[in-house]
Amino acid sequence: MDRPVSALHRATAQHGVRDLGLRGMITLRGEMAAMAGICVDLTGAAMPGMGRIEQAGDKALAWMSPDEVLIMVPHDAVSEALARIAAALNGTHHLAADVSDARALIGVTGPDAREVFAKLAPADLHPASFGPGQFRRSRLGQVAAAFWLDADGQFSVICFRSVADYTFALLAQSALDGPVDFF
Amino acid sequence: MSTRLATGGRLLDRSKPLKFSFNGKHLRGVQGDTLASALLANDQMLVGRSFKYHRPRGIVAAGAEEPNGLVNLGAGARFEPNQRATTTELFDGLQAQSQNHWPSLEFDVGAINSRLSRFLPAGFYYKMFIHPRSFWKHIYEPFIRQSAGLGKAPKDRDADGYEHFHAQVDVLVIGGGIAGLAAALRAGRAGKRVLLVEQTADWGGRAAVDAPVIEGIPAQDWINTTLQALESMTNVSLRLCCMGAGVYDHGYVLAYERLTDATPQADGPRHRLWRIRAGHVITATGAIERPLSFAGNDIPGVMLASALRDYVVNFGVSAGDRTVIVTNIDDAYRTAIALRGAGLVVPAILDARPAPDGPLIRAARDLGIRVMTGTGIAKVKGGKRVTGVAICAQAGEGAVLEEIACDAIAMSGGWSPVVHLWSHCGGKLVWDDAQAMFRPDPARPPLGADGAGFVTAVGAANGDLRTSVIMAAAGLTGEDADEAPLQPVWLMPQGASYKLRSKMWLDYQNDVKVSDVQLAAQEGYESVEHAKRYTTLGMATDQGKLSNINGLAVLSNALSVTIPQVGTTTFRPPYTPISMGAIGGSARDDLFQPVRKTPLHGWHEGNGAEFEPVGQWRRPYAFVRPGEAMHDAVTREVNNTRQALGLLDASTLGKLIVKGPDAGRFLDMLYTGVMSSLPVGKCRYGLMCTENGFLTDDGVVARISDDVWLCHTTTGGADRIHAHMEDWLQCEWWDWQVYVANVTEQFAQVAVVGPNARRLLEKLGGMDVSKDTLPFMHWADGTLGGFNARVYRISFSGELSYEIAVPASQGRAFWDMLLDQGAEFGAMPYGTEALHILRAEKGFIMIGDETDGTVIPQDLNLGWAISKKKDDYLGKRAQERPHMADPNRWKLVGLETLDGSVIPDGAYAVGEGRNANGQKNTIGRVTSTYYSPTLGRGIAMGLVLHGPNRMGEVIEFAKLDGSMLKAKIVDQVFYDKAGDKQDG
Repeated sequence: MDRPVSALHRATAQHGVRDLGLRGMITLRGEMAAMAGICVDLTGAAMPGMGRIEQAGDKALAWMSPDEVLIMVPHDAVSEALARIAAALNGTHHLAADVSDARALIGVTGPDAREVFAKLAPADLHPASFGPGQFRRSRLGQVAAAFWLDADGQFSVICFRSVADYTFALLAQSALDGPVDFF
Repeated sequence: MSTRLATGGRLLDRSKPLKFSFNGKHLRGVQGDTLASALLANDQMLVGRSFKYHRPRGIVAAGAEEPNGLVNLGAGARFEPNQRATTTELFDGLQAQSQNHWPSLEFDVGAINSRLSRFLPAGFYYKMFIHPRSFWKHIYEPFIRQSAGLGKAPKDRDADGYEHFHAQVDVLVIGGGIAGLAAALRAGRAGKRVLLVEQTADWGGRAAVDAPVIEGIPAQDWINTTLQALESMTNVSLRLCCMGAGVYDHGYVLAYERLTDATPQADGPRHRLWRIRAGHVITATGAIERPLSFAGNDIPGVMLASALRDYVVNFGVSAGDRTVIVTNIDDAYRTAIALRGAGLVVPAILDARPAPDGPLIRAARDLGIRVMTGTGIAKVKGGKRVTGVAICAQAGEGAVLEEIACDAIAMSGGWSPVVHLWSHCGGKLVWDDAQAMFRPDPARPPLGADGAGFVTAVGAANGDLRTSVIMAAAGLTGEDADEAPLQPVWLMPQGASYKLRSKMWLDYQNDVKVSDVQLAAQEGYESVEHAKRYTTLGMATDQGKLSNINGLAVLSNALSVTIPQVGTTTFRPPYTPISMGAIGGSARDDLFQPVRKTPLHGWHEGNGAEFEPVGQWRRPYAFVRPGEAMHDAVTREVNNTRQALGLLDASTLGKLIVKGPDAGRFLDMLYTGVMSSLPVGKCRYGLMCTENGFLTDDGVVARISDDVWLCHTTTGGADRIHAHMEDWLQCEWWDWQVYVANVTEQFAQVAVVGPNARRLLEKLGGMDVSKDTLPFMHWADGTLGGFNARVYRISFSGELSYEIAVPASQGRAFWDMLLDQGAEFGAMPYGTEALHILRAEKGFIMIGDETDGTVIPQDLNLGWAISKKKDDYLGKRAQERPHMADPNRWKLVGLETLDGSVIPDGAYAVGEGRNANGQKNTIGRVTSTYYSPTLGRGIAMGLVLHGPNRMGEVIEFAKLDGSMLKAKIVDQVFYDKAGDKQDG
């Protein structure tokens, strides 16, 4: 039974914007040094530096703040990951929370993807400032969002589940409105 | 008459004729025209009526400073008022209508105001319409509003789209004249990330018209070469039709790009608002020529000297066959030379200076043009267009020496640098006596976060009017004609009589004359800001681009102080008006505002939900069935929940995880009660107050494990309380070991409520939800019907109730199962109105109803939820202040109307006597009021003076119709006081 569904129900791509479906996401707060071991063990990815995401296959680590990491794993692997975190950090002050379903994950591809974002986010998206592996917590239009760029040129966006429709429509409109030819 | 010349027009493509209409008249222009140049080419000198006196007005300028040429542009969904003809690029099919006239532009009834101008002096409206007071609202204001105003308001939805764009650059150059191009070139070569924006559709600014020599080559060649160099640099971006609109703190700049104004059928957004962060801003915004103040200077055909030659050189348009030049500066001679070059007649140059000399003047004389020194205009002849000019000595009082027939007048009173963008963020100005202008003071630029200036003015915007000076400042060379000093002329002639001064227009758009400003000074308006408001000088869409300096010069003379002592009014963004659409960007229609949706939103939409906004969420107010009235739906939902089984989407409730060794201590500070002592597996209701003691949020807290609590907040409180917690943790108690996570959206939460609630859950199976295993105010993890669930035995309705949280991704499947499996028990969803009624029947408070930011828990008789044992909690000290502890604070009670009706929401209870304002004293107010389906009557809660001590008393509530409603003070718990129902 395909019971768990993403907020966007795998919405059809529009103008290079598409639902990337459910992904396991764990918010982990604690001392970076203390968390690094289990983070790397869980994902096989390196510990990310400030403003970066490190990926390994279908797993990833993203730097959220000086005391927060976002761990990404397959959606059905969250329970086990949480158990391993609890075991590894037993006795160490930390907080691990499953936020997989609190989020939506949207992909944006196409030659103008960078400008699709620059219309909506106040972040510096110039190629010299924002390249593959960089991760920004910012906003898109009127909602909070985090996004990163992959080596293949795809942008991925995490937003709150409740505003998935808004974010998807906003990105699609931004793409539909065409390039600015700035970057 | 004005007409198109046979040759010339550097911006025109004469092979592409365009059709357009003005006031329904079909006219022709060509590609490259502005609406203004095309109107002039069709001899349409008269383009509008003035604001106050409805005087005939024509085009004065050729750029953004134009005060008169404002039109209603387009029709229907593309209608837009107050569009400047001088900056509107002509396109095929353009429709324009003149503004502020009735019944027609040619014959205007309002022009009678002009005859009455003697009776309409500065401040007329203030003086005339103040008495009697009541007349303003009902008589004066509607009448004035109808006869005043410029364009019409659009009536249809805007057919176009708009967008924003964020850009970060090292250097932003505003203005694409030679100074801006040179600055961009320098920054580009230095490897900076550069953005150069130009408000018009063409590069080069004045130099493209006046054609000096730059770097040894003609200006146009240098402009082309420089553009090529800039275009080849990957670190430089160039934008035409993109105006620097405003400069703000921290290098934030708004620029306004017009994309499809001239191609209305094109795809894509019409305007783009650039939101730029610039390391450094260079303003190369040029200068604006000043009119001269002589009688009749507003008659169509009187134009700025530079504009006249722009029309000849750029558009091959002459404003008249015979043009008289009037000036106090050499630059205007360029117009004479350009006109002669186009084969037009210049009968005379009237130069106010006694004995000017210089290469430009000699060149004009060499062309045989008559130069009359020491002279000025006594009066312009003509009505709807110029027919001639009466000449006088500038030094005199206006005695006419001679009259010359002409159909255009080119005036130049000197130049004012465009210092707007320099000034927006605090850049200061200095008065340059030699050039009679305010210019940027390089010692006092707008300051950035580092204390250093972040704006630099260059070129004419910096007060450098000469090409040679501008280029030298940029490290390049320029050659142009030497110019003699100007002589400031603020009044022409200098001894003009009152009669002449009352025909000298300072502000064309607002109909402000020299005599008006003098009157304002005479009446004691010494501050330029006050004089502006009193006379309306420098207001409206052009914000005094032509009038400000002339106006404050007149004011300074009238006050016998220097111009810098008077100073300027404040320059505020935007530089020229920008569209509302651009400000909104893509935030319109479905994207106007984010709507937050729960995992069950789709089901609600498909099942009759009438939504209400709760924060940015949309929650079902009620599920209305076909043929059912809203009120009936609510009643049905309440009754079904009390009698059978109700299902509520409670997903929006805030859920905050608080974890850590100090979490208990932290929560004891945040809540008025004790949370640290809560046993694992149990729930406790808690209140949160602000530091000032006011009740700010409430909710049920569950102890999840030894060091983990889950705090429920109100729907609207989730983000706010999360921020509140982080604020205290990060700023005050930074050494406490606590982490907080907002997991509100991780869960779909459903309240299963009613006498059949347990039966449904037992049918689903998976965990023991019996009264003994899961008692009231306990929670448990388990499975229900195969779903992982956390079940809270809490009740906001007084009924047997389970609030069940499942992962959001499975919320809809869980909901569907509850409806399906619950059908036999009468399961039926209910909305927020039923929720409110259920809780009000039970006497539960609601944040936002019983609280409004002025209410403390003690007012609501919630003392039981305040720990007496704790040393401290947020709000404790505030609640001990005398005013908070005052026994006369209104306190919560229940209210029952004697006639069973519903008290209007927000109604006040009326007491004895009257207050100092003569109003009846009030002794209470209603906070929640509903029709109770359970009791079959109106019930309410309210805050009443000494309320709890007055049980059984009848008090009166005032209704809007003036009548009174009697209500008895009762216990606020109307339903199941003993609490038997909640265990089922």
